[in-house]
Formats: sequence, C-alpha cells, structure tokens
Amino acid sequence: MNKLVFLLLLGGLHTGLATAQTKAIQVTDDRGVVVHFSQTPQRIVSLLPSLSESVCELGQCQRLVGVDRYSNWPVSLTKLPQVGGGLDPNIEAVVALKPDVVLMATSSRASERLEALGIKVVALEPKSHADVQRVLIKVGQVLDIPEEVGAKRVWRFIDAGVSAAAQSIPAKAKGAKATTVYFEVNRAPYAAGEASFMGETLTRLGAKNIVPRSLGPFPKINPEFVVRADPDVIMVGLRNSDGMELRPGWAGMRALREKRLCVFSIEDSDVLVRPGPRMAEAARIMARCLQTKAP
Amino acid sequence: MSVHHPHLQQHQRAWLLGVALVGGFALLAVLGLGVGSTGLESVWSMWQDPVAQQIVVDIRAPRTLGAFLAGALLGLAGAVAQGLFRNPLADPFLLGSASGASLGVAIALAFFGVSPFATQWVVRLGLTGAAFIGAVAAVLLTLALARGVQHTLRLLLAGVVVGVVLGAFSSLVTLLSPDILQAMQAFMLGSTGFVGWVACSVMGAVLLPCVLLSWLLARVLDGLALGEATAITLGLPLGTLRSALIALLALATGAAVAQTGLIAFVGLAAPHLVRSVVKTTHGKLIVLSSLMGGVLLLLADILARSLIAPQELPVGVLTAVLGGTYLLWLMRRH
Repeated sequence: MNKLVFLLLLGGLHTGLATAQTKAIQVTDDRGVVVHFSQTPQRIVSLLPSLSESVCELGQCQRLVGVDRYSNWPVSLTKLPQVGGGLDPNIEAVVALKPDVVLMATSSRASERLEALGIKVVALEPKSHADVQRVLIKVGQVLDIPEEVGAKRVWRFIDAGVSAAAQSIPAKAKGAKATTVYFEVNRAPYAAGEASFMGETLTRLGAKNIVPRSLGPFPKINPEFVVRADPDVIMVGLRNSDGMELRPGWAGMRALREKRLCVFSIEDSDVLVRPGPRMAEAARIMARCLQTKAP
Repeated sequence: MSVHHPHLQQHQRAWLLGVALVGGFALLAVLGLGVGSTGLESVWSMWQDPVAQQIVVDIRAPRTLGAFLAGALLGLAGAVAQGLFRNPLADPFLLGSASGASLGVAIALAFFGVSPFATQWVVRLGLTGAAFIGAVAAVLLTLALARGVQHTLRLLLAGVVVGVVLGAFSSLVTLLSPDILQAMQAFMLGSTGFVGWVACSVMGAVLLPCVLLSWLLARVLDGLALGEATAITLGLPLGTLRSALIALLALATGAAVAQTGLIAFVGLAAPHLVRSVVKTTHGKLIVLSSLMGGVLLLLADILARSLIAPQELPVGVLTAVLGGTYLLWLMRRH
C-alpha cells in the first residue's frame, strides 16, 4: 500500500516536473567531469567555433549569448558579444553574460577559473569523425533536445553529405589507383595525416593520404618526405600556400609542376579545419578539389 | 617618483620611494576595481545586481591583488637573483624555473585525454600544479647538476643548461602533439586573467615569509657584493645562507609562474628601476623591488584589460613594452 502511494507520488512529481520544463540534466564532459543542471540551460556561451556551430545546427542558435572571437558561422554569431579567445577569454565578460553553461575546449585554463566562480563548464574537444558525432550528442544533452530530432538527425545529415561528396568522385580515382593527396596544415610543415579528421574525410572520398595513420593525426614531417611520396594533389590553405614551389626540391614535384594544387580561401579553410557540423561541406570542398585537380 | 632633490639623504629617498609605491598601489587598486570588460558601472550597480557584485568582488578584486602579488614575487626574486649572482642581468628564471614550468604544463596538456586515468590526474593537478612542480623540479635539477650552491659560476651554467635542455624537451612534447601548441603559447605569454582568491592567498602566503626571510638574509647579499672572499672573512656562513636564498628564489618564482604563466621582464626590470632612484642596501632594495614589481605588473594588467576592452591583451607583452621602454629611457638619460 505504502509502495503504491509512493509510486503515485513519484508519478505525480514526474509529470509535474515535465510540465514545468525543469527536467534535471546530467552530462559527462571530455574531462570526465559530471555536470548537473537542475534546469535546461537557456543562456549559453561558447568558446570554441565547432561547438558554436553545433549549437546552431541543433537549432538552438538563439540560446547563445556570447561567443569567442573565432566563432564566425553562422554569420548571425558575429553580432553576439565576443568574450576573447578560447584560451584567453575575458573572465568577467563571460560572467557578465550570466551564462547557464559555458561550452569550451578542454585545453584552456579558463575552465578552472570559471568553475571557481560558480559557472557550469562543459569541456568538449572534437578531434575525429566519431568525436563530432559524440560531441553533437553531448551538446544535444546539454540543450535537452531529444536525440532522434537533434544530434542523430544532424549527424545523419552530415554523414549523408559526406557520402554524397564521395559519390561525386569518379570511380577511377578510387581503389587501387586512388588519387594520392598531401594536405598541409601549416608551413612548419605540419600535415593532416590519415588519423586526423581531415584525413578521415579524405579516406571516405576514396583518396590516399601520403601521411599514414601510424604517424599520428598532425605530424611534423620532413619536407623531403613529401617530395619522395610525390602526391597527385596538394591541398593547402591560402595563408600557407605562397612560396611552396621555392622550397628546396619541391619545384620538380609532379603536383606543383602540373599545377595540381588546391589553395583554399580563408573561409573554406575555416570549414576544413573545424571538426564540427560543417564536415559535409568540408567534404564537398575537398571533393571539388579532387574532381578538378586529380590527374 | 619625482623625488630627485639633491640634498635628500639616500635612506630618506628610499622611504619616499616606498611611500610613493604604496600610494601608487592604492591608486591602481582602486582603478583596478573599475576597469574591465564593462567599466565603472559594475561598481555602481554592485549593491543591486549580484552579477555586478560577483564581477567586482570575485573577479576584479582578486585579479588586481593577484597581479600585484605576482609582480611582487617576481620583483623580489629578481632582486635576490641579481644580488646572489652579482650580475645585473640575472632574473628570476635564471635557475631554469621558467622552462621547468613550461615543460610541466606541456606534459600535463599532452597527457590530457591519453587515458582516462591520466586525464583524471591532470584534471586533479591542474595546469597550476603542473607548472609549480615543473618550476621547483627544474631548480632542484640545477642544484644537482651544480653539485650544491658553493660555486656561483657553476650554478649559473647549470641553470642555463637546465633552461635550454628542458626548453628543448617542452618543444619536443609540443611538436609531438601539435594540438597543444596554442595552449602552450597562451601559457608562455602569461596572463593575470585567471587569478582568483585562492591564487591570491597562495601567492600572499608565499610572499610574506619570502619578504621577511630576504630582509633577514639581505646582510649576506651586502657581504657578497664585496666579493666572495670578503664575505667569508666577514664570518658569514655562506653555504647555508645561499641555499636559503636559492630556496626562496625558487619558491617565489614557482608560485608566481604557476598562477600567472611566464611574465617576462618584471623580475629583471624592477630592481633596476629601484636602483635608478635610490642607492641602498639589499634589505631595502629587495622590499622596494618587490613593491616596484607589484606596481609594474598591476599597471600592465590594468592596461591589458582596458586597451582593447572587452577583449584583453596578454599582460606579458605589456610588461615587456612598458619595462623595456622605461629602462631604455633611463639608459639614455644617464
């Protein structure tokens, strides 16, 4: 009998909570920290462009009240207050926005300070395709959007976009005769290897990365390595592209001699280097490059 | 610092400079409460608005005090280092603590996310803890390489070697996991933006005994200024006292670096700025350098907050520009 009353009470309580939209939420972030919310967060500050984009793709752009200086997509975000960079945010500017939660990368010192001030921090750092899906689910949990209409839907859309981009590549450029690609992240030179998320996209497009998985996601490579691998196509951002043919021995490389070089604009580079919901667009950009430049 | 009256005695000058610096600190502290992402309106509205109150009480106040304390620790360490090594180019990072702290931070960042166990430890230790451990470990390594504190030259060389080698290691760690590159750069530039009351109490708890101890040990530095042989004939137990001063140097630098990152130039410039105004014994020089370092860093911090508000400049860049310009001006004047 007592049990029954208890259950009835619990049921009543449950419906009461549901109607008041005060469902308690619990999210474990990438630091392993469990963050509790007694109410769905309504005011969100995002300090990482890919997280800002994820919030917007989940249809909750209006909940963002502040972003870091690099969050520039969707364009509407540029009208929001900027609170500095992800690694050097202005703490009091963040606090002044009275956020219910701050979304940021795991590598920033600011998280300790914000938490000490009583602000909830969810630290997420996407680094691979699988991470993008996982982070979408986490952000969806924070926003309290059901997975079916939120994270899973967005992910299916991204996944379909990447597959479509892959299908636009002619079959002859895949498999045994796959186009070999060198993707340079910066002129150190750091390369985006097979293990990076750009590398994962390239693999799905059927291209062959000259930097194998064993070297890690973004290895610093010997310039000679590229010359020896002699890739069919070179991909590089505008900021790092000039003077490439002046590097010792590079002018003779097939890709440079035959101008099989894709130089991405600054906007395109933003899309390519962010492991976020615009990954399908990144795949389309790379596919376009492969279609036009592959031998 | 407009106290260039010719017949003022040096120790009166020292007192005047001290009073001027304390006054400067008070003035800047008040200013520090009013400058930030918004401005004075947070101070007016703090009685009604809890967020404005939090901004003034929990962010601006500890940050202002913290900048002063970190600068004071560096100024003190700089004066001690210059006295100990009898070298006007000596700075607090001479014994390798800066590169030790960087290596600590680099390793912590690189281990983050490698395994759940490592991540848990990094989160628990925090970058602050990693930097402090790194800084102190580097000084211990320097002492071990120099086989004690007897030889100033050996100590200096060991410090340089440790600095270069640990610096190379942290470059290597950064190279192997380039995604920590930006986080490392942020640490290298230094920031007073993340200082809270806990950090203030840690730095205060280190600063107070350091000032007292160095005041007591200043006699040794005065003796050393006459040369090591003279110092020994004066009957000073050089070995022990030197060890104490080095411990003090390591502790003060480690505490400052752990809380604020690598802030350049304050430790080097503060003692010189003091000496340009007053010629005095090490006791007063150390206390005044400490005050000078604090005021210098606080001034830089306030500028860093206000110049491009609501965003911020890295404070380390400003200390270098401010201190460097003033030193250059002094050099040209003399």
